Amino acid sequence: MTQLVWNGLFVGSFYALVALGYSMVYGIIKLLNFAHGDLYMLGAFTGFAILGAAGGVSSSAALPVLLGVLLATMVITGLAGVVLERVAYRPLRGAPRLSLLITAVGASFALEYGMRVVAGADPRVYPVRLGGTALEVFGARLTVQQLALVAVAVVLMAGLNLLVTRTREGRAMRAIALDPRTSALMGIDVNAVISRTFFLGSALAGAAGVMAGAYYGKIDFLMGFLIGLKAFTAAVIGGIGNIPGTMLGGLLLGLLESFGTFWLGGEWRDVFAFGVLIVFLTVRPTGLLGERVTERV
Amino acid sequence: MKGPGQDPAAPGPDSALSGPDSPPQAGSPPGSDSALSGSGSSSGSGSGSGSPSGLAGPAGAEPPGGSRTTGSEVRLRGTTKPPTVASRLLQNRWAGLAGLLVALLAPFVNATPYALSVMTSAAIFVMLAAGLNIVVGYCGLLDLGYAAFFAVGAYTSGVLATRFDLPLLATVPAVLVATVIAGIVIGAPTLRLRSDYLAVVTLGFGEIIRITANNLEVTGGPSGVYGIPHLADGPVGFYYLTVAVVAVAVAGAARLGRSRLGRAWRFVREDEDAAEAMGVHTYRVKLAAYIAGAIWGGLAGVLFAAHLSAISPASFTFLQSALVLMAVVLGGMGSMPGVVIGAIVISILPEILRDLADHRFFLFGVLLIVVMLLRPQGLWPARSKEALK
Repeated sequence: MTQLVWNGLFVGSFYALVALGYSMVYGIIKLLNFAHGDLYMLGAFTGFAILGAAGGVSSSAALPVLLGVLLATMVITGLAGVVLERVAYRPLRGAPRLSLLITAVGASFALEYGMRVVAGADPRVYPVRLGGTALEVFGARLTVQQLALVAVAVVLMAGLNLLVTRTREGRAMRAIALDPRTSALMGIDVNAVISRTFFLGSALAGAAGVMAGAYYGKIDFLMGFLIGLKAFTAAVIGGIGNIPGTMLGGLLLGLLESFGTFWLGGEWRDVFAFGVLIVFLTVRPTGLLGERVTERV
Repeated sequence: MKGPGQDPAAPGPDSALSGPDSPPQAGSPPGSDSALSGSGSSSGSGSGSGSPSGLAGPAGAEPPGGSRTTGSEVRLRGTTKPPTVASRLLQNRWAGLAGLLVALLAPFVNATPYALSVMTSAAIFVMLAAGLNIVVGYCGLLDLGYAAFFAVGAYTSGVLATRFDLPLLATVPAVLVATVIAGIVIGAPTLRLRSDYLAVVTLGFGEIIRITANNLEVTGGPSGVYGIPHLADGPVGFYYLTVAVVAVAVAGAARLGRSRLGRAWRFVREDEDAAEAMGVHTYRVKLAAYIAGAIWGGLAGVLFAAHLSAISPASFTFLQSALVLMAVVLGGMGSMPGVVIGAIVISILPEILRDLADHRFFLFGVLLIVVMLLRPQGLWPARSKEALK
């Protein structure tokens, strides 16, 4: 039982980390960035490339090295997100929503199969695995590396929350989410803030990618597809556009999946998650913490 | 189809759409219509046949107006040019029949089993694209799980035919029922929401169907259903049967798009709130589009099952959905001839460019972005003929 809860929280923290980027971008420009899951994939491969270039890593120094790689990867995927926004999304701002969505699908496709061209279709094995001793806490087996990964995720999320609620930058983001035009009139450089939002969201996705690579050990060019969907589900459960809600949604989805797998069997896990998504959209489309938004014309 | 009966104001929206365009000038007020596929501002200049030359100002490649400010619009706005030969050709009402003739004559040119198989697949793909065009092109709803309906159709007919030894034709009513139910199950809860939610839910739904087919006993698990009976004798016979069915399907979809319901669809696409205000029951109209798309997809699935005689979950991945979407977007959303051409290009191109197989999907992705950025109306844009009436 506690094992299920812990597994759920662990997977959920990944979902939350990826879902945050989704949620931020959606909150600020109302764009569903389908390519977000692929930035996670990009992060995993970037980390892989950096580790490969650095040569072998002794397992004793694995954690500090991995943290360094994590930071470098976050910068790179963040920049990739900025480029993506600049090239594919910014020219279409103000265009019908359908065009933007289709562009996002195209971007996702281009990233996935671009990576396939670069890295090949076969899964790659991460050169570093986090070894760790297992602890027994309330009857649940959890390893040190799991704890470390969850800690990193929590730190990143807390940092993001501080940034959005306490800083000038965060205020600018929230202002744009409310009304881009008025924000521009108030002296906010809307394009720059949106760029930085993409940077943050993509960096978080990249971090999650490296962590997933280091934990699961295997990466491939389609790994972002499913987690992108799951992250969206998490964001919808919590309330898309709402940062604490998204974190909550991620953890909740992790828990639901963990229990769903236990009851129904592993092969139905994804069906269960999407079923939850559809139920949530039917019953409470604004999510748990989302406010009811009236669409203005 | 339900819908039109309850929409007393359906003619209203129509005139409201073409209203601002009737004055003979190129620059209709920006923002009066969204730049989806050109049925808005370029409708006044409509087809090259029979419109007064004064009205035919911004014909040809004039991109749709609206709030878009891409470079191409700036470049083309204000340049009045007479309809080019190309645009005349595109508007020609005989284009469809000519296409059908080409399809009918193709086996006389090359009737190797390989060529026939490729052409049959292309025809089935055309039907899929025509169905998706109803949802995406006419109604403006992004469906990323279209392969799900394809799968529902293929599996329903395949399973029924192999389990109960039915001829494939006898399964068609069951396929219709199954696809309509699938369309309602997925459309009813989500069509009330914002359109971008629909995109993700359909994406999830596509995965659900595929994983379910993979897990269930009835559907044969990962190895799928095999030994599905044929619909016609020999590949040539089946090719002609497919072409006939697809031709009817394409013509039917195009006519549906020009009907009262089709006008309501396009109104919903251009401005859902205005449509609602004009008395269009937008939810019902959207559901109708969704169900119509489901039926087209399901019937294409029957053809697919008959063509390959074996189906497995691997045929119904997200990739398949994305390729159909690609065909619709490339050809021109809402433009049936464009979509047919797009589907043929997308399905035949990989056969020609075998060497580029690895780069193919990457190029498709880039192409999707480029088309949206530079030519959102597609290769063969849709033009409304209503302004001429």
